[in-house]
Amino acid sequence: MDFITILSIFVLACFVGYYVVWSVTPALHTPLMAVTNAISSVIIVGALIAAAASGNPVAKWLGLAGVVLASVNIFGGFAVTARMLAMYKKKER
Amino acid sequence: MALLPPDNTTDLSIAADAVHAVNPWVSLAYLIAGVCFILALRGLSSPSTSQRGNRFGMAGMLIAVVTTLITHQIASVAEIAGAIAIGGVIGFVIARRIQMTAMPQLVAAFHSLVGLAAVLVAAAAFVNPDAFGILGLDGNILTVSRIEMALGAAIGAITFSGSVIAFAKLNGNMSGAPILLPARHVINLGTLAAIVVLTGLFAVSPDAGPAENMMFWIVVALAFAIGFLLIIPIGGADMPVVVSMLNSYSGWAAAAMGFTLHNTAMIITGALVGSSGAILSYIMCRAMNRSFISVIAGGFGADTSSAGGEAREQRPYKQGSAADAAFMLQQAESVIIIPGYGMAVAQAQHALREMGDLLKKEGVNVKYAIHPVAGRMPGHMNVLLAEANVPYDEVFELEDINSEFAQADVAFIIGANDVVNPAAKTDKSSPIYGMPVFDVDKAKTVMFIKRSMGGVGYAGVDNDVFYMDQTMMLLADAKKMVEEINKALAE
Repeated sequence: MDFITILSIFVLACFVGYYVVWSVTPALHTPLMAVTNAISSVIIVGALIAAAASGNPVAKWLGLAGVVLASVNIFGGFAVTARMLAMYKKKER
Repeated sequence: MALLPPDNTTDLSIAADAVHAVNPWVSLAYLIAGVCFILALRGLSSPSTSQRGNRFGMAGMLIAVVTTLITHQIASVAEIAGAIAIGGVIGFVIARRIQMTAMPQLVAAFHSLVGLAAVLVAAAAFVNPDAFGILGLDGNILTVSRIEMALGAAIGAITFSGSVIAFAKLNGNMSGAPILLPARHVINLGTLAAIVVLTGLFAVSPDAGPAENMMFWIVVALAFAIGFLLIIPIGGADMPVVVSMLNSYSGWAAAAMGFTLHNTAMIITGALVGSSGAILSYIMCRAMNRSFISVIAGGFGADTSSAGGEAREQRPYKQGSAADAAFMLQQAESVIIIPGYGMAVAQAQHALREMGDLLKKEGVNVKYAIHPVAGRMPGHMNVLLAEANVPYDEVFELEDINSEFAQADVAFIIGANDVVNPAAKTDKSSPIYGMPVFDVDKAKTVMFIKRSMGGVGYAGVDNDVFYMDQTMMLLADAKKMVEEINKALAE
């Protein structure tokens, strides 16, 4: 992919983000932060590539450390979001 | 999308492009992951769809991770599985055990991890560019990749050190008061300029010599420093803005690394998270009527002690007991409860919900009113009330409920202060002037739970609501006071 293609995806995704986030109800702003936290850990993809590659031990260990940190966030972020969302209930009628 | 440019025929670039997902199915998988993340945020538009949204998020992450693993030669599966397991268990246990009142700290801590992970990935890409397919024909890292890498590392480092400070302030390891260095604006701007200049030099430097190495690591070090410097002058009540801002940064860091890796899932996610944090920061700033710049410049509320002292004369106020409050609440037709950070500190949310239930049994109409900046992060109060089993359709935002105070019999303020201060509407010299506040002065009776008359709100300004004729001050710990009211109500 060339730079312009990537930039196009990025710019369009910013617009998608803008409209999607404005439609989030303020009551769920804390879960929003927790889940954005979890999904931004998709950076684990980069860490996995570094950890998987052979030949450069420094890069490998940097990658593995990155995998640990991102995993804390992924599991922790989604779990805490699920825990919070399960608490939001409607009036019983 | 992943077609080779016609001139890429050397061995090196073929190796590089193998990493860059030549297989269109791989690109498609990352795209699907990105779409799942969009749906995850989309689900949050209503509590009823939010749990499904969260599952979309998990699915997206699974797709991204599995795709990466099956498309790369893995030297050691055990090590990677071990790393994921260690991180996963730690994250899961923390998420299960954390108290809901500690959510702002937790989110700050998680941000710091994303930031550090971004730095590690950027550093790994710098050390082993071949694995990331970012080498040019001449065997050096491509110029555009250098910029993306340095930016990703710098933003990640700022996110990391900034979030560590935010965590320490929120968790009470560090005073919430702003720490003001002399000439801090000069230092900050100088450091930022140095980062930009060095990133530029790093991008155009011709080879992988030691000088280039140094430049990359200096950029990272300066970025760590600026994250630290940016957050220490910002006070506790501005933390909602800071936490949102760091949320945004963690997204931009992920996006920058997505550019380096040409990975659609990372770019889409980065853009989503980046805009999400930016919008939340904007909402928080608007709710305080402060510009983003003035929050970042810091120092707000620094002179609390001096501002309070001399200007404030002792004015008469009425103090009530729990029994008085219970009696008046029972007689009321409608009660609006305004929770603030003090409720979180006192862990009074469960007692408060119990009070609401008791009043509802008496036929009182109970509603909750939440200010956008109540608490230490966006939506903090909503989560605490949800935790205490308050139905979300009894909880209202500022603009939806403010007109109802004129008809309300009781405005019940628990742990909030600045968000009900009428000075924001009338006193142009007040530091909170222009901030949208609840019109509690229009309610027939105001009950104000406060620890003592001594302390003033975060902004350090006196509150006329204390001294109004219809105000009853309930001076005690919030949780104890509500529990006593409950006892009186139950009798």
